[in-house]
Amino acid sequence: MLDETPHYTISVEVNGITYTEKVPAQMTLLQFLRQKLYLTGAKEGCGVGECGACTVLLDGRAVDACLVLAVEADEASVRTVEGEGRDGELTLLQRAFIEHGAVQCGFCTSGILLSAQGLLESNPHPDREEIIEAISGNLCRCTGYVQILEAIEAVARNGEELG
Amino acid sequence: MSTDQDYKYIGKGISRLDGMEKVTGSAQFVHDMSLPGMLYGKTVKSPHACARIVSIDISEAEKTPGVRAVLTGRELPYKVGIYMIDKNILADGVARYQGEPVVAVTAESELAAEEACAKVKIVWEELPAVLDPRQGLAPDAPLVHPELASYRYMKGVFLPQPGTNISHHQKIRKGDAKKALEHADLVWEAKFYNPPVQHVAMETHTCISQALPGSHVKIWTSAQSPFTVRNLFSACFGIPHQNIRVHIPYVGGGFGGKAGIHLEPLAYLLSKKAGGHPVKLTMTREEEFGTIPSRQGLHSQFTTGATREGKIVSLIAQYIWDAGAYADYGVNVGRAASYSGAGPYEVANCHIDSLVVYTNKVFGTAYRGFGHLEVLWGIERNMDIGARRLGLDPVEFRRRNVLRPGAQTITGEIISEHTGRIDLCLEKVAEEIGWSGIQTEEERVRAMAGGKVRGKGVALLHKAPAMPVFTSSAALLKFNENGSVDLLTSITDYGQGTYTALAQCAAEELKVPIERIHVPWESDTAMTPHDWQTVASRGAFMGCKAVIAAARDALQQIKETAAQVLRAPVEELVCQDEEVYVAHRPDERLSYREVVMGYSYANGNSIGGPVIGRGHYIAQGLTHLDLETGQGLPALDWTYGAHGAEIEVDLETGEITVLNLATALDVGQVLNSQSLRGQIIGGVVQGLGSALLEEFRFSPQGRLLNAGFVDYKIPTSKDLPRKMSQHTILTKQLDGPYGARGVAEHPMISVPGAIGNALYDALGIDFFELPLNAERVWLGIQQKRMASDEQSR
Repeated sequence: MLDETPHYTISVEVNGITYTEKVPAQMTLLQFLRQKLYLTGAKEGCGVGECGACTVLLDGRAVDACLVLAVEADEASVRTVEGEGRDGELTLLQRAFIEHGAVQCGFCTSGILLSAQGLLESNPHPDREEIIEAISGNLCRCTGYVQILEAIEAVARNGEELG
Repeated sequence: MSTDQDYKYIGKGISRLDGMEKVTGSAQFVHDMSLPGMLYGKTVKSPHACARIVSIDISEAEKTPGVRAVLTGRELPYKVGIYMIDKNILADGVARYQGEPVVAVTAESELAAEEACAKVKIVWEELPAVLDPRQGLAPDAPLVHPELASYRYMKGVFLPQPGTNISHHQKIRKGDAKKALEHADLVWEAKFYNPPVQHVAMETHTCISQALPGSHVKIWTSAQSPFTVRNLFSACFGIPHQNIRVHIPYVGGGFGGKAGIHLEPLAYLLSKKAGGHPVKLTMTREEEFGTIPSRQGLHSQFTTGATREGKIVSLIAQYIWDAGAYADYGVNVGRAASYSGAGPYEVANCHIDSLVVYTNKVFGTAYRGFGHLEVLWGIERNMDIGARRLGLDPVEFRRRNVLRPGAQTITGEIISEHTGRIDLCLEKVAEEIGWSGIQTEEERVRAMAGGKVRGKGVALLHKAPAMPVFTSSAALLKFNENGSVDLLTSITDYGQGTYTALAQCAAEELKVPIERIHVPWESDTAMTPHDWQTVASRGAFMGCKAVIAAARDALQQIKETAAQVLRAPVEELVCQDEEVYVAHRPDERLSYREVVMGYSYANGNSIGGPVIGRGHYIAQGLTHLDLETGQGLPALDWTYGAHGAEIEVDLETGEITVLNLATALDVGQVLNSQSLRGQIIGGVVQGLGSALLEEFRFSPQGRLLNAGFVDYKIPTSKDLPRKMSQHTILTKQLDGPYGARGVAEHPMISVPGAIGNALYDALGIDFFELPLNAERVWLGIQQKRMASDEQSR
C-alpha cells in the first residue's frame, strides 16, 4: 500500500519554482507533476515510455516523465508545457504549432513541443531528418506529423532567439 | 454561383480556435480532471475467450484498505447497446472475450483499487470459443449469444438471426447477378482479409460518473456524443433524460472509438454503490487495446463478371465480419459497408450478403470510415485483378465503370451532376504519380537485379454518412453585451477542426469578425442544444447548416429591433461589419452592440431583448433500406476520392517505402484549407497504419497477444511517405453548407488498396491480406522465387 512504502523528501525546480515535497518511492515524475503539482499538461498515453505524451525537459533533456521516478528528479530542474512562454507570451514554437496547423486533438501536443524544444535548444538549426528523429518517440494519431514537422522547421529556420 | 473570393472566412486557412489552450497545456481533458471526494475504478477481466463463471470470491478484495465498493455482474440486471441491446455491464454467467470486465472495484486510489482487483478469486470453466467468424457460421458452432432471440434491437433496420451467431444480415439485391454472370465474357473470383485493429486515440477512454440523490446523474466523459451517451444511459437504467447531465470537455482523439456509450454506466454503478462519490474510470493502454472495442475484422469474397470491353455486369459479394463478443456498432458497420459494397462503380446486377458474426474476441465498433476501408481493400484489389485478366490498364478499367451522372447505385439512387466526380479524382491521382500503365514481368525482372523495385497503383473510394434517417443537428448563437457571440453546439471537436469551421460559418453569416465568435470547448446536455452524434463525417456538414440557420434567425431578430428604431421595413435592412443599416439610406445605421441586448431610446424606453439565434438541420429524404433487397436512399452525401501511390520494396527485407502518395477528394467546397489539409494528411497516415503495420494477433486460445505499442506499431514520424500531395475537386453539393461535403473519414479509406496495387506492380505478386508488413511481403517474395526456381528446374 501507498502508506506503507518509504517516502522521501525531494526538492525539485519545476518551471522556475522550487518545490519541496514528500513523495513515495514508487511515484513517477509524471504522477508527481500531475497529482502533486496539478500540472496536467504532460499526459499519460501509455504509462510505460512508448508514446511520449508525458515528455518533459529534465535538466534540459527530453525524457518520458512516466519512466523517471520523482526521487530521481531530486535537485533537478524540470520544464513542463505550462512553463513555456513568459508573461502570457507564447514561445516561437508554440506560435508555430498554432499557425502551421500542427495541433488537432492536442493530447500529444505538450510532449511533442518539449521534444522539439529540447532539440532546438541543443541544435538551433536541425535539418528535417534530425527533427524527425527528435520526435520519433512521440506518437500522434491525428495529424500524420507533417504539419508538426513544418512548424518545427519554421522555427529552426529563423531560430536563434528561441523561447 | 458564388466563388471563394466572395467569402470572407469560408475556405480560408484559419488556425484552430483552441490552439492556444492546447499549446500551453491549459486545455483540460477528462484525463486531467479530478473532483472533490473522487474515487478510482478498476476492473478484473476475463483471462479466457469464453468461459463460465463458476464462482467469484470478493471477500479479500472488499477488505483491502481504501476500497469503497466491489461490484459483480450478478447484481446488475442491466443490458446496454446502441443498435442491439446485448451487453452486460459486467460479465454475468459467461464471459465472452478475453479482456471483458467481470468484477469492478472502486477505491480511494488507483493503487488500492488495483490491489483489491488482484485479490478477487474467480473459478472458471472454459467453454468452446468461436474465434473465426467463418467457423461461427457452421450449423454446429457454439453460440456466443444463445439468448439472441430475447434481445431488444432496432427493428426495421437490422436482421438478427436467433439460433445462429449472426447479429445482422444485410442484403443488397439489384438485378439478377447470377444470370448476369452467365452472360459475362469473363468471370473471376477473389478473397481478401482485413484483421481487427485499434483506433489508438492518444487519450484512452476515461470518464467520471456521479450518482446523485433523487436518481440524478452527472457524467464527464471522453466521448464523441453527449446526447447519445445520455440517451443510451437513460435506456439502460430507466432514468429520465432530464436527470442525466453529460459533459464533454476537450477530447484526446476519437476516430469512432468514442462514439456510443462505453465506461459511463459502470462508473455510475460504482459511484452509486460507494455512496455517491464521483468515480473515475480510466483505461490503461493495455485495456484500450483489449477491453475497449476495436475495428472488426473482415473476410470478403467477390465473384465478378465483365464484358470483353471492360464493363462490369455483375458482382456477387460476401462480407463476413468478425464482430467479436457484442454487436455495438458492428451491425451498422455491416449494413453501411454493404450499400457502398460494390465500390464507386456502376454495377447493374449486384448481390451482396453481409453477415455480422459474433465471435469470442474483443468486439468491434465504429472506426473512421466505418467498414469502408475494409470492403474497399478487397474491391480495389479486385479491380486490378480483373483489369489484368481483361488485358486492360487498371486506370482505364476504372474509367469504364465509375459512377457518372445518370448512373444508378446498387441501392437504386441516381447519381446526378452534383453528386461529385469520382472520375476527376481518378485522373488527378493518376497524373500526380505519373501513371503510365502496369509494368511487364520482363521490366520487373530487370528491376529486381538492383535489390529494390518500384511500383505504382491507384485505388478509389467513396463513403456516405452511416446514420439513422432522422439524424439532426442544432446550434445556438447567443449574443454577448459587446456584440460578440457564443456559439453553442453539441458536436464534439476532438481534433477534426469542426468548431473552427462552425465559427467561420457564424462569422460569415452574421457579418462579424471571427475573433468575435467564441465556441466554448465543452458540451453539456443541459446547456448545449441537441445533436445526434459526432460521427460519420456529418458534423461539419450538418453543424454548419444548423449554424447558418441560427445566424439567419439572429439577423432577423436584430433587424426586427433595428426596423423600429430606424423606421424602415425589415426587408430593407442590410447587415454588414457588425452594423445594420437601411439599404437606400446607409447613414441610418445601428451597431449590433446597440441592438443585441435590446435597444434603449434616449428617454429610457426599451425594446427588443437579448438576441439568441436558433437553428437546426435534419437529414432530408433518407429512407430505410428494404430488409430483403437493400434498396432505398441511405446517403446524405457521397464523398468520392482516390489515392495514387508509388512505392519501393526492399527485396532483402520485404520493407515498403512509400515514395509518393497523392490524394484527391471531391469535397464540394473547402471550408478551412488548413484543417482540410490536416484531415487528409492525418487520415492518409492512419490509412498507412492499416495498410502496412497494424493488426491484432491472437493466440490459438483467443488471447490478444499485442496489446501495447511495443508489439502493435502505429505510424511514427519515421514512417511518412517521402512525398504526399492533397488535391481537391470542387463539385458543389447542392444541399451542403456552401456546397461542402464531409471529408473526415475518407482520406484513410483505400490507402491499403493503392499500396496493394502498387505492390503488385512492383513484384507481380497479389497480396490478399492486410497488413502488408515486411514479414508478409518477404514471404510473398520467397514464395515467388521458389515457384520460379521450380519452373526453371
